[in-house]
Amino acid sequence: MKNFQHKFSTAAILSLTLLLGACSDDDDDEEMMVEPELTPMPVNVSYEVSVTNLTYGQPMSPIGVALHSEGQLWMVGESASAELEQMAEGGDNSALLALSVVNASASGDAPFGPGATQTVTVTIEDTTDSKLSLVSMLVNTNDAFTGLNAIDLASLAAGDSWTGYAGVYDAGTEANSEMAGTIPGPIDGGTGFDAARDDVDFVAMHPGVVSMDDGLSTSVLTQAHRFDNPAVYITITRTE
Amino acid sequence: MKKLSKLLTMSAAGLMAMGAQAADLEIKITNLTQGVYFTPFIIAAHSDDANMYQVGMAASTELQAIAEGGDISGMSTLLTGISADIVENPAEGMLAPGASTETMLMSADTNTVLSLVSMLLPTNDGFVGLDSWSIPSEAGTYTMYLKAYDAGTEANDEIVNDGGAPGTPGIPKDPGMKNGTGAMGVTDMEETQVVHIHRGVIGDTDDMGGYSDLDSTAHRWLNPVAKITITVN
Repeated sequence: MKNFQHKFSTAAILSLTLLLGACSDDDDDEEMMVEPELTPMPVNVSYEVSVTNLTYGQPMSPIGVALHSEGQLWMVGESASAELEQMAEGGDNSALLALSVVNASASGDAPFGPGATQTVTVTIEDTTDSKLSLVSMLVNTNDAFTGLNAIDLASLAAGDSWTGYAGVYDAGTEANSEMAGTIPGPIDGGTGFDAARDDVDFVAMHPGVVSMDDGLSTSVLTQAHRFDNPAVYITITRTE
Repeated sequence: MKKLSKLLTMSAAGLMAMGAQAADLEIKITNLTQGVYFTPFIIAAHSDDANMYQVGMAASTELQAIAEGGDISGMSTLLTGISADIVENPAEGMLAPGASTETMLMSADTNTVLSLVSMLLPTNDGFVGLDSWSIPSEAGTYTMYLKAYDAGTEANDEIVNDGGAPGTPGIPKDPGMKNGTGAMGVTDMEETQVVHIHRGVIGDTDDMGGYSDLDSTAHRWLNPVAKITITVN
């Protein structure tokens, strides 16, 4: 019983307590007093999240989806967390999804290419007012990522959908050198996450890649890797 | 005097129970770019028959002064002349990349729309703007993303030369000091002489010459360039 943390469950427990009189955490008491059919069953709340990659030549890392009740995974103008840096530089969302503020999470199982759509489902019990955040790296870049930051799901009833677009952010943790060995995506196969920070050290909207075709002779990127906003189309459907 | 007349107007509006009403606004602006500075903003609630700028229309000389040199004094005079409610320079200087500024604005009942303008540095005549957003009567928080415009008044030569005031080519400066010098210039033409979406800067990687004094890895941007959150109380 002490695991119930949501208003619905708490209210139900309070009513039980009132009906049944004194109640304690003692197991013997519970056996005597609680009738099985009165125990509230957890109710699953599930969101199907689909992300379509709208770029020409930027595969995206497996999408990470987090449900949380507070906080933001990043703030423009603020230094990126180490967990965000790992995702934005190397495409690994596991540390970000393991943050203590995350109540439930889901991840895609593979990168998805230009034009492709990746869908994951995230489920939480008894909570209908979660915030949803989403992240994915544009892997043919130094530290570009796209996503949603703490979208409020409280008004989304079962069966409802939310759709929107997202642009590209720059984690500000790795200089956009575009040089060989610095980009983890298939164009380079270089280093992903590197804890050293050699850029502005704040999150901003991404200025775009320059590419060798636009005068950056040291870039391994070509015109094909350029992108503009928005970079993804997102559909969130509450399925239950 | 100004405050007094505003109060009088507000009570008149209350008596007449007009649809439009005075609003108490909290405004937060965030520079979303990684390397572009915003010069002092001019923010105004004004009547809906006026505009600081309009896309597809030639810039006024007052807008030109902002877009080419960051000078808001002419626009301020213009707005004062139409009894606008004005906030100038809320960031008390440049709004740096990633930085935010917050301010308050009380609008009179006749000033039903909100506009703002600020020059982008380093650009020749680029600015971020909001044109005539209808101030909602319903209390709440409203968020918008703003784009970069080109005033259409100066060639985007991308030469940083401490110039750039109306009549003088060039970019006044790069507050982030990542510019080069000695560029021959990207172009000396400005063929589209109306306010339009800025095509972005091109820059190069030669800080001792080349076509541009801007750095292609530091000074570019993609829209949106600013986020504005307005709380109507």
